Amino acid sequence: MRRIQGHPARVALLVLAALATTLFAIGCGSSNNSSSNDNAQKSVGAGEGQLNLVAWPGYVADPWKSDFEKQTGCKVSVKEAGTSDQMVDLMRTGQYDGVSASGNASLRLVAGKDVAPVNTDLVPNYSTIFDDLKNQPYNTIDGTNYGIPHGRGANLLMWNTNDVKPAPTSWDVMFDPAKAAKYKGKISAYDDYIYIADAAVYLKAHQPDLGINNPYELDSKQFDAAVALLKQQKPNVGEYWSDAAAQIQAFSNGDDQVGTTWQYQYFALLADKQPVAASPASQGFLPSEGATGWSDTWMISSKAAHPNCMYKWMDFIVSPAANAEVAQSFGEAPAQSKSCDTATLTAAAKADGYPADPKFCDEYHAADPSFWKNVYYWITPVADCGDSRGSVCMDNNAWSAAWTQIKG
Amino acid sequence: MRLSRRSKGLLRVGVGITLAFIYVPLIVIFIYAFNAGTTLKWPLEGVTAHWFSVAFHDSGARDAFVTSIKVGVVATAIALVLGTLASFAVARHRFFGRETISFIVILPIALPGIVTGLALSDTFTQVFGIGLSLFTVIVGHATFCIVVVYNNVIARLRRISGNLEDASADLGADTWQTFRLVTLPSMSTALVAGALLAFALSFDEIIVTTFTIGAGQETLPIWIFNNLFRGQELPITNVVAVAVVLISIIPVYLAHRLTREEGTVTRGGAAVPPEATAIP
Amino acid sequence: MEAAGLSAGQQKRSVSRRLADLFYGRPRLQAGTLLAGPVGWLVIGYLGSLAVLLIAAFWSVDALSGETTRGFSLDNFNTIVTDPVYRTVALRTVGVAAATTITDALLAFPIAFYMAKLASPRMKTVLVIAVLMPLWSFYLVKVYAWRTMLSTGGIINWALNPLGLHGPGFGTTAVWLVESYLWLPFMILPIYAGLERIPGNLLSASEDLGAKPAATFRRVILPLVFPAVVAGSIFTFSLTLGDYITPSLVSPSTQFIGNIVFTSHTNNLPLASAYAVVPILIMVLYLFIARRLGAFEHL
Repeated sequence: MRRIQGHPARVALLVLAALATTLFAIGCGSSNNSSSNDNAQKSVGAGEGQLNLVAWPGYVADPWKSDFEKQTGCKVSVKEAGTSDQMVDLMRTGQYDGVSASGNASLRLVAGKDVAPVNTDLVPNYSTIFDDLKNQPYNTIDGTNYGIPHGRGANLLMWNTNDVKPAPTSWDVMFDPAKAAKYKGKISAYDDYIYIADAAVYLKAHQPDLGINNPYELDSKQFDAAVALLKQQKPNVGEYWSDAAAQIQAFSNGDDQVGTTWQYQYFALLADKQPVAASPASQGFLPSEGATGWSDTWMISSKAAHPNCMYKWMDFIVSPAANAEVAQSFGEAPAQSKSCDTATLTAAAKADGYPADPKFCDEYHAADPSFWKNVYYWITPVADCGDSRGSVCMDNNAWSAAWTQIKG
Repeated sequence: MRLSRRSKGLLRVGVGITLAFIYVPLIVIFIYAFNAGTTLKWPLEGVTAHWFSVAFHDSGARDAFVTSIKVGVVATAIALVLGTLASFAVARHRFFGRETISFIVILPIALPGIVTGLALSDTFTQVFGIGLSLFTVIVGHATFCIVVVYNNVIARLRRISGNLEDASADLGADTWQTFRLVTLPSMSTALVAGALLAFALSFDEIIVTTFTIGAGQETLPIWIFNNLFRGQELPITNVVAVAVVLISIIPVYLAHRLTREEGTVTRGGAAVPPEATAIP
Repeated sequence: MEAAGLSAGQQKRSVSRRLADLFYGRPRLQAGTLLAGPVGWLVIGYLGSLAVLLIAAFWSVDALSGETTRGFSLDNFNTIVTDPVYRTVALRTVGVAAATTITDALLAFPIAFYMAKLASPRMKTVLVIAVLMPLWSFYLVKVYAWRTMLSTGGIINWALNPLGLHGPGFGTTAVWLVESYLWLPFMILPIYAGLERIPGNLLSASEDLGAKPAATFRRVILPLVFPAVVAGSIFTFSLTLGDYITPSLVSPSTQFIGNIVFTSHTNNLPLASAYAVVPILIMVLYLFIARRLGAFEHL
């Protein structure tokens, strides 16, 4: 054996020391905000031939996806995400052109400069969108418009008709300790901290002395009560879901019997002849306390590689035919008022392969602003309560930290 | 050591239980590859071989397969070079920090994948500011594959005494010739075994890959993960898994043959047959 | 030698010969050149990135915009130390990892012993292949197969319900079961290799001295094979410690260390990095102990 002393290892140690010094130098300083487009586009040119989208499951699908590709030549590639957190994370990579953002993603994307303002003059179909979707706090910030409304809906209470009797009319089947214990291990709750708002909605109705008004503006007392309710629910929860397809399977296999969900899963289970039901359509699928919901907005990335295709998509998806198709396929209220025209609805249902339902817009309350007062759209919680309390409300970080605690 | 009939019998039962434990889930996978029903309830609602042809034509699976192969081959190549270099240094030389090398080499595989993945992802995105891509995936894979090659080669180097190399030098061969004509051939089976194992590790890896892969790309495990819950694609993942296991019999057999102890050569040059360590 | 008279092969040989001569008799240069690549990659690259992880743990992130402020803040470490949920999750994860290791050691021993000492060479080959093959089926598919088996309508309940029992369903028990299943080959192989190395004459000698098989096992075999068991345990413990995919598939309402790191790394990278320090410390300690026990010779 040849003996030598120290040099290679010593050199390595020196290099490591040098590296550590460099790293500390890097470590102190702020991350640079890479240059991005801060202004809305002025005109839409020719399509770039490709479009990369981040979307909720069921938002970018056939038949309207293929129609778009044929009409514009922009080939669509979609990355589905199950929570707004995932969507924000994907958009921050800068590798996507647009996203169907709910309110609890849109504010964060704007603050992080990950999306660019939208010039609604370039989206002709925007003019006929329902008025109560325009200029909302989740899509218009400081007077600047950041997106095109897609559609809206409420989160559903769904149950297995064979296992859950009598048919629930309230969220207490999931939150009331006595009732929830009957379905211990079979309850399906949403795996995102925004679900704390669902607990707040429940408490608004069942503990009015807490004074909860807006389930996203919770001061510490209200917040603690909501968190306590969820911690009480946790032992009964079988699965915190974020993948829609996973929840569909869980209900088909009998692993879950009752839970909160979207129409997308509900329709899929019905199509598969599973014994499920949700709060009646005639009531807009709302349990007695009301529900959280979402109003989604198509936003364009500030680093979009294919901005023209994105604008074409934004105009296409709110065109009467396409919006009617996606609304009926997913199960939400369309944003486009002209989609509620009977002929358009019938043609769209046919394209989706569903029986015609001329009353669709009525059932989903598309044109009824008063209905949506009981649906609390997802929005990012911020410290500013927006009322006389001032800035004492819990913000995003507090909600996120609490969620880890709740899941134990 | 003589074992009673009873002990041997009990041992055989133990072996049977373990083998059953190992193979029942694999058999379940195999059966579900033929599942015709839409749910995953047991017993199956129907049988079909339909999914095998679907899997074959699925372009997503095929592309992911090719990507996995590309990543695996490059990562294995890098690991082969670095692992061999390191094992030579440690086996044939003595230096300060030699023990530390074997500690550092094993870290990437001994630390949980989530730590390695997060660390690499942090470094690529925050420090170097480069986007994640197949390149970053390959870097991650090569890092934890090094130890596999290192272990195989150093075990072999320790068994081959340095005498052979000294003899070769005495006969007039220079360093390259000794390496090329004496050392490399005696190491080749260890290299192949290490390469096979490294490739297997890379092919199946998901956690580090998840953290280091770019937005639009998929290796086969990532593709499986993305399609795990989709009713249409799930049976395809079962088919793919079954196919890979069956194909893998060949490399596993090869690797075993190559690393099986042909016998050790002691310093004195005497050969010790492997049978000497067995129990009658 | 005259340059004009040299053939091309001899010229090439002379260049490579010159390089070889450069290395000859200079062991430091040899070792240094050999080590440059691996050390550069592992020490600068890998250890460096671990250092970045550690540094990131001191950063903080803006609630709304997600911008990281690279300063020096102990908030994240403060959170994981004071907030009880992080401790609970860490203990739960370590507990499952330990249970998995012990289970795998117990399950691996009979088959490893049989393979090493009692099996004919052909049987040995068959068993080695039988043990290694499952490693080639995808981790994800195996975990999903378990999810299918453990589910309410799955095969385990189908078998146990007629007996009035029911399976463990999803939960921490399921995670222990699945992790034990996944990493069993990593325990079988080192133990098998370790047992193979024990010379047969040692065991004969023990018998000659009057020891029954059980005593031989306890006094001779166990101490000799223990380092190999520790070597195998490095993998079973570490792989379980950081796993987040298995828990999310077979225990979707329970958190483990990996789940917290994974879900918070998108939202709050510094917090995820801080919590990732926990498994690093645990494993580095584990590795030190393992090295003392001689496990590194058995990897």
